[in-house]
Amino acid sequence: MIRSILIVGTLVASLGAVMAQSDPIATRRDMMKKVARANGEVAKIVKGDAPFKLETVLASLKVVEESARVMPDLYPDTAKTGGETRALPKIWEDKAAFAVSFAKFGKDASEAATKIVDEASFKSAYGAVVNNCDSCHDVYRGKR
Amino acid sequence: MSSGGSRRAVASIVLVLGVAGGLAGWALSAPRPVIATGAPSLEQGGDAQRGKLFFDAGGCAACHMSPGQADRLKLGGGLELKSPFGSFFSPNISSHPTDGIGAWTVADLVNAMQAGVSPSGQHYYPAFPYTTYAHAKVEDIRDLMAYLKTLEPIAGKAPGHRLGFPFNIRRSIGLWKLLYLDATALANDPTQSTEWNRGRYLTEAFGHCAECHSARNLIGGVMGGYRYAGGPDVEGEGWVPNITQARDGVADWSAKDIAWMLKSGDTPEGDVVGGSMKPVVRNMAELPDADRDAIALYIKSLPGRDSPPKPAKK
Repeated sequence: MIRSILIVGTLVASLGAVMAQSDPIATRRDMMKKVARANGEVAKIVKGDAPFKLETVLASLKVVEESARVMPDLYPDTAKTGGETRALPKIWEDKAAFAVSFAKFGKDASEAATKIVDEASFKSAYGAVVNNCDSCHDVYRGKR
Repeated sequence: MSSGGSRRAVASIVLVLGVAGGLAGWALSAPRPVIATGAPSLEQGGDAQRGKLFFDAGGCAACHMSPGQADRLKLGGGLELKSPFGSFFSPNISSHPTDGIGAWTVADLVNAMQAGVSPSGQHYYPAFPYTTYAHAKVEDIRDLMAYLKTLEPIAGKAPGHRLGFPFNIRRSIGLWKLLYLDATALANDPTQSTEWNRGRYLTEAFGHCAECHSARNLIGGVMGGYRYAGGPDVEGEGWVPNITQARDGVADWSAKDIAWMLKSGDTPEGDVVGGSMKPVVRNMAELPDADRDAIALYIKSLPGRDSPPKPAKK
């Protein structure tokens, strides 16, 4: 029983990995949306639509860290166009610089996660993380 | 009557009609300033502090700030605005006496904004959104002028527009204006709140959201049925979003979400706005919260309109 669960589990997991490889455009889009959703929850706090909750903030930062780690690999040369994507050719002109942007995003998130302990530290430290959205999209994301 | 005579008669009728049509077209296309220069009551006073608000709401800096530098109050112009008709270059509207508009009177600015007519009596191209500014009140334009005078003079003229035939014939804009320039003042709508009326004024007389967020026809007129419903980006590639209450518009945004986006650039989905919306936000962010809220309330009240059909993805 345990063995079959393990086998099925392994199969499901590898299926996920295969799917990510076979459709990187869909995968990275979903991951970006996940980051946006997590950040959207934090934005509610900033806007005053939701009370400050440390867990919400840390959860969002964790999503950023995890996504930033795998995102650069979701832009293989075979997935420049084809699906629903606004990725600009600039990404592939300098893949190293592109990866550095994500590394910075992840690093900023993990640093913020260590700094943020309450609402005051949240207000001063969260901006450094989300500023990455803009600076990166400006260069690497095309128009709608 | 001989056939030669009747042909001559037809030819002269055609000639007369042609000349009459030409004259009528020439008369109809004449630039018409709305106000005479030199009225002292208009030229005195002007509240620069109040004018700043209209400067920010109108997004003047979004097009007129000198490109390639970060100070939005350096209004040297020169930004290229691509369009199906060619490239427009925003002029210098700094207080420089010869390169900018430092020598302008308030009446000059009123004529420019409300009638799209330059001090020398030429038509402006509607890339300068006077179809919106036409609704601005004269006293508000006077305050705007007072504010513009406080900004730094910047030397240098912007390059001339690069337009294809027949769009390079300025006079033809006169006919375009007959179709698309409606300068009727926005009457206060008593069925709506003061805040809504304020929001409508700031949006329809200054913010000019509809100038980009609407589909345009072949001669560059906003198509009424698609006003605010988004459409192809006239600057080339891309699609400008629908901001009505349609399903593919901003129906799931609250007024607060809209106001927040105008301040921060963040959408409720956690995304950030990009492209030409960024400088818009930069200007809107300068407004007091109450005015952004009023604009948001007005936008939220726009009836749902379906987006124009999107071309198939290449």
